[in-house]
Amino acid sequence: MNKDIYKKPIFKSNPITVLVLGVCSALAVTVQLKGACVMALSVTIVTGFSSLLISMIRESIPNRIRIIVQLVIVAMLVILVDQLLKAFAYDVSKQLSVYIGLIITNCIIMGRIEAFALNNKPLPSFVDGLANGFGYGMVIIIVAFIRELLGSGMLFGYQIIPQSWYIINGGFYENNGLIILPPMALIILGCIVWVQRSIQKDLQEK
Amino acid sequence: MNKNSNLYTIIYSTILVVVVAGILAFVSSSLKSKQQDNVALEKMQSILSAANLGSEADVVADKASYIKDLYAKHITNSYILNNHGTVIPGEAFQVDLKSQYQIIKKIMEADDTQLSKLKSQLLLPVYVCTIDNQVLNIFPCYGAGLWGPIWGYISVKDDYQTVYGAVFDHKSETPGLGAEIAKPKFYDQFDGKKLFKDDSFISISIVKGGGQINNPYGVDAISGGTITSRSLEKTIASWLKEYLPYFDIKREAIRAENSPCEGGTCTLDTLIVVEPVK
Repeated sequence: MNKDIYKKPIFKSNPITVLVLGVCSALAVTVQLKGACVMALSVTIVTGFSSLLISMIRESIPNRIRIIVQLVIVAMLVILVDQLLKAFAYDVSKQLSVYIGLIITNCIIMGRIEAFALNNKPLPSFVDGLANGFGYGMVIIIVAFIRELLGSGMLFGYQIIPQSWYIINGGFYENNGLIILPPMALIILGCIVWVQRSIQKDLQEK
Repeated sequence: MNKNSNLYTIIYSTILVVVVAGILAFVSSSLKSKQQDNVALEKMQSILSAANLGSEADVVADKASYIKDLYAKHITNSYILNNHGTVIPGEAFQVDLKSQYQIIKKIMEADDTQLSKLKSQLLLPVYVCTIDNQVLNIFPCYGAGLWGPIWGYISVKDDYQTVYGAVFDHKSETPGLGAEIAKPKFYDQFDGKKLFKDDSFISISIVKGGGQINNPYGVDAISGGTITSRSLEKTIASWLKEYLPYFDIKREAIRAENSPCEGGTCTLDTLIVVEPVK
């Protein structure tokens, strides 16, 4: 198998920072690390298995209704993930609420199916889906790390910044309320894109 | 076979949809009992944490049995009230708060002619919680937040005016903003607040700067979650208002107990004691 299939989506053509797909959920679920991690895992599973399933039936799909067929498969997987989370990880499922359902509309999934799974064998498609989900997950976890640490002083819900630093307790520090608002997520995302573009020169426009 | 013919397309989509529906129906029905258990368990946990109990739920190994044991131990009674504050038969735990909220919403918009009819439809659950010798009454509330429903439980001490604890939750408020109503940092502010000012009901206001120590009637709102804060304030007030007859009955009983002229049988001795000494 071509190594590019799983190497490219993680950095060189990362779905969020290079293809700029799935940005909406990246802004919405990155306030806390825990939610971001479950979201990353859910998206990785859905992209992987939807690419696998579509690739398996790709020869039989009537061309005129292929988008509908893709949507049905993606929606099925998302509902499965949602149901499983509700049964086995109820707390997290409550925290992510609507965003699990909104994985259906995540452009990465449809994008990978259209661009890759429809023309490739099941195994490479599966790896491609997983790698794209992972590339997405990596970026939202970085954003969530920055936002939870600076916005609430916590990581995974545990206090990291010592309580004695806070102004209320006589210290000098205060959480940055702006960080927990969606616009800051976009700015952090912009900074990540900036870093990537300065490393990866071929992305820069002349 | 021609894959672009209408017949193929129709047959293909039919089979696909039936297969997918079958898978989803199977998964949904096999996970249903577990999901319902989760919902009931969460409700028990909410009721308990309104009385500041069950704080170790997330550290104990077996959360389900921890919550169930605690619930069985402390929630000694529960009943449904009507709008006159009297008990009517029924299982309080099974009352659907959402449908009661629909009635309360109608009550707020109704004119005088419909009001009494609507009010008589209300089923108001109350949970009685006993911690050592202290008896708490726990009242639910349910309303609309910014994106979806918000709800909570408020426990009131046996003076029927001081809040002992409160807990709130939501379906889909913005994480980090409105969703903060479900954090201890927010709902712990309610402890010790008063629902009555000079004997008239004023509920608890949720505003910026409301949480100053000398203000027993308000708590701090959430920055960035103004709409959720306002909705919660409205929700609490509109539900507790329906419980007012019950509060009045109980407060009247306390007053009668404390007054020297109990039940109208004042003796001469007590009257002399009450008379200020000149």
